[in-house]
Amino acid sequence: MSRTTMDLWVGAFVVAGMAALLVLAFKVGNLGTFNQKDTYTLIAEFDNIGGLKVRAPVKSAGVVVGRISDIQFDNASFRARVTFNVDKRYQFPKDTFAKILTAGLLGEQYIGLDPGGDPDNFKNGDKVTKTQPAVVLENLIGQFLYSKAADGDAKK
Amino acid sequence: MLERSIAAVRGIGHRVVDGVWRLGYAARFFLATILHSGVSFRRFQLTIKEIYFSGVLSLIIILVSGLFVGMVLGLQGYQTLQKYGSESALGTLVALSLVRELGPVLAALLFASRAGSAITAEIGLMKATEQLSAMEMMAVDPIARVVAPRFWGGVISMPLLAAMFSAIGVFGGYLVGVVLIGVDEGQFWAQMQAAVDFREDIINGVIKSVVFGVAVTAIALFEGYDAPPTAEGVSHATTRTVVTSSLAVLALDFMLTAFMFQGI
Repeated sequence: MSRTTMDLWVGAFVVAGMAALLVLAFKVGNLGTFNQKDTYTLIAEFDNIGGLKVRAPVKSAGVVVGRISDIQFDNASFRARVTFNVDKRYQFPKDTFAKILTAGLLGEQYIGLDPGGDPDNFKNGDKVTKTQPAVVLENLIGQFLYSKAADGDAKK
Repeated sequence: MLERSIAAVRGIGHRVVDGVWRLGYAARFFLATILHSGVSFRRFQLTIKEIYFSGVLSLIIILVSGLFVGMVLGLQGYQTLQKYGSESALGTLVALSLVRELGPVLAALLFASRAGSAITAEIGLMKATEQLSAMEMMAVDPIARVVAPRFWGGVISMPLLAAMFSAIGVFGGYLVGVVLIGVDEGQFWAQMQAAVDFREDIINGVIKSVVFGVAVTAIALFEGYDAPPTAEGVSHATTRTVVTSSLAVLALDFMLTAFMFQGI
């Protein structure tokens, strides 16, 4: 069995197909944007997570520092327990604030970390105690209507 | 009157029984192809030849169609998105529609008409000119020697062709959206990367294209193998290959999409 020109074409075809898959994975998809290797896990409990989803980003100062790996309902405290992985390169003080924020007006929701001033940093498996739940639009409108009604009463 | 209606009912019954019969024969043929696949991997040169015929020679039509489909998506997507001031989501639109649906489906439809019809015509003609019987006479199993390598050649080529279709389509969308119209390049790629998930979107697209490859190639091989050994029979079989495999691709696509993206 000898090598033929056809083998060359088939080889080139397979290489081109693999290259297309790699382009899709790294240039089109999100495989290249965040490396899952060196991370540590943190847990945060929220009163309400709104529309937060698994794999949503964790950002600090607008930079993606991690991703959410798991969302569970804690039946003891009746709160949402969110587990997320943070890149080992980024260390946060123990009194860091975790908020659920929205990208733009109608964008996806993510966790924003506001670093505090504690000298100790989080370790793997630590719990973020200071959290702020997602803003639910219905509650916001309810509060707005309530305060408008209160204003109206005061003017009378 | 009564006799005529009885004849009509009998005709329907005959067609149903015939259809079920053919389906059973097709299933047995498919199973035999899988079971006799040993030769196509032991003598991989046979399979490489088929990858050349069904994959490499389909490249031009796949690449050109992919480029144009991506460019049309870029144009049409921009027209609609700019009404809502969200033309930066153009990359997401182009990439998601290509990777999830258009890449695998259109590549499979083109593959069915380009490679599937050729496979059917080739095997049908082999049967008509009694080459298959001659092989059997020489104690060479035609399913192992002729059918199985073509099957694996198609199954290997299809996902590669679909991936190339999607990749060049995204490039076409980029060409129209960013180079021609002037959508911001950074937003185009960043929003695309934020929205397209490797496991959810790209791997599911690859799974789809493998399933389509199996379906199209199996239908083409069976139609060829089952064709009446006449010029008319081969021509009918070739037509049936394109029609049946296109319908199968679209129906399978609906089912796979319902399974894969139900949670989103």
